[in-house]
Amino acid sequence: MTDRAKLSVHDITVRRRQTEILHVLRLEVLEGEVLAVIGPNGAGKTTLLQVLALLEKPAEGEVRFEGRPVRGRELRLRRRMAVMMQDPLLLRRSVAENVATGLRLRGVPKSERRLRVKRWLERFDVAHLAERSARKISGGEAHRVSLARAFALEPEVLLLDEPFSALDQPTRESLVEELAAALSETSLTTVFVTHDRNEALRLGHRVAVVVGGELRQVGPTAEVFAAPVDGDVASLVGAETVVPGRRIAAREGLVSVEVGSQVIEAVASGLISEDVLVVLRPEDVTLALVDDHSPASSARNRLRGTIVRITPAGHQARVAVDCGFPLIALITKQSLEDLGLQPGQEITATFKAHAVHLIPRERAVPTGRAAGSAAGPGL
Amino acid sequence: MDLLWDGLGEAIRIIRTGDYAIWEITLRSLLISGSAVVISLIIGIAVGAAIAFNDFRGRNLVFSLVNTGMGLPPVVVGLLVAIFLWRSGPLGHLRLIYTPAAMVVAQTIIATPIVTGFTAAALRQLDPRWRTQIYALGASRLQMLWIVLWETKLPLMAAVMAGFGGAISEIGASQMVGGNLAGDTRVLTTAVMLEVSRGNFAPAIALSIILLALIFVVSLVLTTVQQQERR
Repeated sequence: MTDRAKLSVHDITVRRRQTEILHVLRLEVLEGEVLAVIGPNGAGKTTLLQVLALLEKPAEGEVRFEGRPVRGRELRLRRRMAVMMQDPLLLRRSVAENVATGLRLRGVPKSERRLRVKRWLERFDVAHLAERSARKISGGEAHRVSLARAFALEPEVLLLDEPFSALDQPTRESLVEELAAALSETSLTTVFVTHDRNEALRLGHRVAVVVGGELRQVGPTAEVFAAPVDGDVASLVGAETVVPGRRIAAREGLVSVEVGSQVIEAVASGLISEDVLVVLRPEDVTLALVDDHSPASSARNRLRGTIVRITPAGHQARVAVDCGFPLIALITKQSLEDLGLQPGQEITATFKAHAVHLIPRERAVPTGRAAGSAAGPGL
Repeated sequence: MDLLWDGLGEAIRIIRTGDYAIWEITLRSLLISGSAVVISLIIGIAVGAAIAFNDFRGRNLVFSLVNTGMGLPPVVVGLLVAIFLWRSGPLGHLRLIYTPAAMVVAQTIIATPIVTGFTAAALRQLDPRWRTQIYALGASRLQMLWIVLWETKLPLMAAVMAGFGGAISEIGASQMVGGNLAGDTRVLTTAVMLEVSRGNFAPAIALSIILLALIFVVSLVLTTVQQQERR
């Protein structure tokens, strides 16, 4: 990855029938990086990808390819990119011919076409389907063929629009791993649109968060996930507890915040405004029985509460707790059984001051809820 | 009924022997209607795609006009073409009236709205994501259209069938601008009309059998291709 922008957009606005659906002041896709674009459904992620892929011309603003302004939907530049859409949309021809189509459009000689088709079908484990009609393969196979079709173009920029969202969890996970391996081998400049934060975490060097047609935050993945700038971003990156609070004291890097009927402590550097959003990831919260007399821990926050609801989440369980404000904890099913947790039961929730992220409320979109649509069930 | 059976028997004999220059008339019909269909495909697909792919004000009105055009009365088309190509008409200097070329023009006008209507309807039904996907593969506008047409070739075959059927079956326009000149502009439909007016039912039946057979063969070929595609 370099610091050079391969693709960038500058003050772009996209409208549909006079309604503004996307406005991005500035976004750069750096050479060799995987930029994950996350956001809820209808946020404008696909529109952003289509603008970057030169498939849609913004009503205003500029798209630059390697620093040079692009005029319209320049074919020459489009042919240096490959796009994989949510639905594989394979043509009514054989799998091999589907993979070769983009190469034929680019005038790649037949011998070279054959080599690349074979190489990429093998790479994604679908070489045995080469002669089969693309309409007669399974959904998972179609996605593999679609990946092979994109990689066979050997593009400079790869743009993926929620490529696996329609697949079941195991197939999706396996394809994400294969994609990750292929991306690390090729060092392709990639834009990966997803609404799955785990995919963004797995693949993205950087993350751009799009909400309501706006780019809310962009930065290194770990940074965005650790310090979301507002409540919507916090929900999208998996902080399921997002509640309003009021700073009541600050000393030696620790801030005391009144949240509902409780006071919690958070680590904060710099000045924190009085009104804040308190953001907490569910995996940072541990639960214990109230009569548990385990040794004192270093966790600064220890709150009594009542279990409101327990929701299974794969091998884990999401526990909604009312402790004066709605709090979500994610624990393993084993812990759930060992502790014998039930709705209505009193428990102690513990989390470190480090785990609490504070967002000044004037910057934050008000939420005052325990979970967003992308983050799972709330209280 | 004797008239029918006798006529049928005589018709079969005529088809076997090729009397009344029926094969020459058949070939001319195929050439004139085939040319008209090819030209109408070029125009109809381009216009149909333009209507289907471009979101412009009045699109529905244009689409309605095209649909109306699908039912253009051949006699009206013949009249208009005759006025334009008449020796004293705006295009009289081209000296096309009573020539096969004039018949091609008239049949093209009849077949084009049919092809346009079928094309626009087929392409409008196509999920717009297909166009995006094909552009995303690096297609130019023309390449995109070609691939999309290939993908929607089943409904387009219906357009070919309907266009060819409309062109080869019409009589009013061919009679009016072709003049039904023996050895020059006489085609199956005008020949049938002439023979019936003379009371010669046998050659009229023979020519009608050939006309039906031609339409049937074209439909059979296209339907077979459609079925293979579906499989």
